[in-house]
Amino acid sequence: MSVDSQFVHKVWNDQELSKMAERDVPFHMASDGAGHVGSMYGVYDEAAGVEFRGRFIIDPDGVVQAMEVLTPPVGRKLEETIRQIQAYQHVRKHKGAEVCPAGWEPGKKILKPGTALVGNVWKEWSPLKDH
Amino acid sequence: MEEKAVGCARPISKIEKTPQAQPEQINTKEKIMDIVRVGHKAPDFEAPAYYKGGFTSVKLSDFKGKWVVLCFYPGDFTFV
Repeated sequence: MSVDSQFVHKVWNDQELSKMAERDVPFHMASDGAGHVGSMYGVYDEAAGVEFRGRFIIDPDGVVQAMEVLTPPVGRKLEETIRQIQAYQHVRKHKGAEVCPAGWEPGKKILKPGTALVGNVWKEWSPLKDH
Repeated sequence: MEEKAVGCARPISKIEKTPQAQPEQINTKEKIMDIVRVGHKAPDFEAPAYYKGGFTSVKLSDFKGKWVVLCFYPGDFTFV
């Protein structure tokens, strides 16, 4: 989503993005001409008239689980977004009984919150071995 | 001619608001309440969109039951 019209989105897809990725953009390219949606999400820069690089992970209940906002000159890293979605999906699947420590990726060590774990995380999880 | 850094800002008209249009405090409060927070509902919206060769509109609440990544960016044809 950006402040560009859906018509400009089409031309950008056709003239540039599809050549870059060797396929058409597979998702909706939405237009937020007046910045109303960006304002609701806190990513519309009124002074510049454009939107920051805001990225929101929204779960199946419509709840925002994660967000990241970058200023224009630096791009995102897709792998980190995918990692966070995988982690939130894991937590959701286990109804919060399992949580994902720093650096978690599928297959890596999870933690089970509870009285036994208090003060004992160091026994279960190592930033050197498990991160 | 001196070369300027190419940014993606758009020109914005700077029309001074007339002093009478000043329910600023109320606006500010509404603004804060509107801003999204993690752990809270994502504000719903409907916006025009380009999707797989056609023009359509996209509504966030239509994706209920699915994981959604909502991305904003400064503009089409910018460099990053």
